[in-house]
Formats: sequence, structure tokens, C-alpha cells
Amino acid sequence: MSAVRGIGAGAGRSLKLLIVDDSNIMRRRIERSQQLELEVVGTAGNGIEALEMFRKTDPDMVTMDLTMPQMDGIECISKLVQLKPAVRILVISALADKATAVEAMERGANGFLNKPFTDRQLNEAIAELMS
Amino acid sequence: MLREEELKTFVEGTTNYFEVAAQQPATIGSPYLMEGAPAVHDYTGIISISGKREGVVYFTAPRAMLTVLLMKMQENDFSHETMRDLVGEVANTISGNARRDFGRDFVISVPSVLAGEKPAIPQKPGQRSFIIPINWRSHSAKLIVSLT
Repeated sequence: MSAVRGIGAGAGRSLKLLIVDDSNIMRRRIERSQQLELEVVGTAGNGIEALEMFRKTDPDMVTMDLTMPQMDGIECISKLVQLKPAVRILVISALADKATAVEAMERGANGFLNKPFTDRQLNEAIAELMS
Repeated sequence: MLREEELKTFVEGTTNYFEVAAQQPATIGSPYLMEGAPAVHDYTGIISISGKREGVVYFTAPRAMLTVLLMKMQENDFSHETMRDLVGEVANTISGNARRDFGRDFVISVPSVLAGEKPAIPQKPGQRSFIIPINWRSHSAKLIVSLT
């Protein structure tokens, strides 16, 4: 599959992805499973680390867990969109109630994928954000 | 105390987890009620619950099962830290998914993990837990739900 060019990418540049999850297993899974040849520019284990990595790597897209120590994903989403309104944020969370999904979108997330998920579901969710 | 339909939420959440994340369904045994701290396996992921309900959800599993589960997830790191990560993630996923039925006010903590010891979770006198036996690929684990 050819590399995907998308919103925010210049000619010949893959989209940059930052992965945020407090589980190392989950971060590796997302990096390994995404088949759209996004360039993973960093990972973070909580919202504070995510902000640092975001400033350092300037990603086009972020996958964001919600239940994390120190700073949760909802608060982090608000801060990321203030830094870069054009960033695409896919929430990947075990929290399966509609109210949480609505709040995440109101804060600036662009998509929501519940855990557990298949590789296909992950790639479809990412592709939708890129369209 | 957990009602029957609420117990079903956790049973379905457990079934769904293994079917999707492990790509192989688990068999759920008959849930039963017990008083006092239940026995645990090698690793235990613990989620504290607050808000509308209070209590604890634990996922406890032996190292052997977690190793196979990691392999099914295409992991090749079977360290102590990865085992801890996995049990925490399983407990987190099942508890978070329960919000589909319990709602947003079923507030879940970040996972904490115990390895190889009886959980030192304080229990109120007389507090009871539902034990949900899980059988997966000849391994046994438990989901333990203790809610007021």
C-alpha cells in the first residue's frame, strides 16, 4: 500500500502520528497495526508527556487514550487543539458511554474508537480522520 | 450489591475482550458470590470504582495465560513489567466498557497492579464480591467485581 498523503502534509511527506496511551502494550500495538504508513514521531504515557512530545514533534494526528495518570486525555485534548487547531485527534479508549465520546468531540477530538479493537477497526478509524 | 443484569455487563465485557483483543473467545464459568478477599493468581489488575457506585474490579490471571495472550497480540516482550501492563489494561478495558451500561458516573481509576500476593484492598466488613471464572485456552483467570 502506498504511503498516504493527507491534510497538513506537504508534497512527499507522510502524516506524522503521536501515540498517547499509558499502556506500553497499547502504544506498541497501535504503532505496529496502523497500515497507512503514517510516520510515528513519538509516544507518550500521559497527558503531560503528550504535551511535551507534541511541542517537540508537531504531529498531524494524535491517538489519545483517556484514562491516564497525571493528566487525562480529555484535558490533554483541550490543550492540544489550543496549540494546533488543525491537529486530528482519534480517541482510543475503553470508556464506552456516549457522554464521554460527546465530551471528547466537544473538546476537539475528531473520532472515537473503543477498546478492544481489531486492526481493521483501527485503520478504518484513522483513514476516516484523514479523509 | 450487583444486580443480575449488571453482572451480565461484566460477563459480556469479558467475553468481548477475549474475542476481540485475544482473537479467541473465552468460556465464562458460573459466577458466584463470596465474602472476604478472594484468592488471586500471579498478576492482578485493579480498578477502583467511584461515583454512582463504589468498589473494585479486579482481573487476575496466571503468568502462563498472560504469556499466551501477549503472543496472540504479537508481543514478544514477556517481562514482569509487560505482564503488569497487560493485567492493568485488561481490567481497565472491561471496567471502562461497563460504562456503556452503568453510564458516565461509573468512574474508573487508572489501573494499579499487584503481583504474586493477596490484594491489600480494604474491604468493608461483610462486603461481598462476585467471582466470574474465565477459561481461555486451558488457562483459568478471574474477574472479581465488588460494588456497593
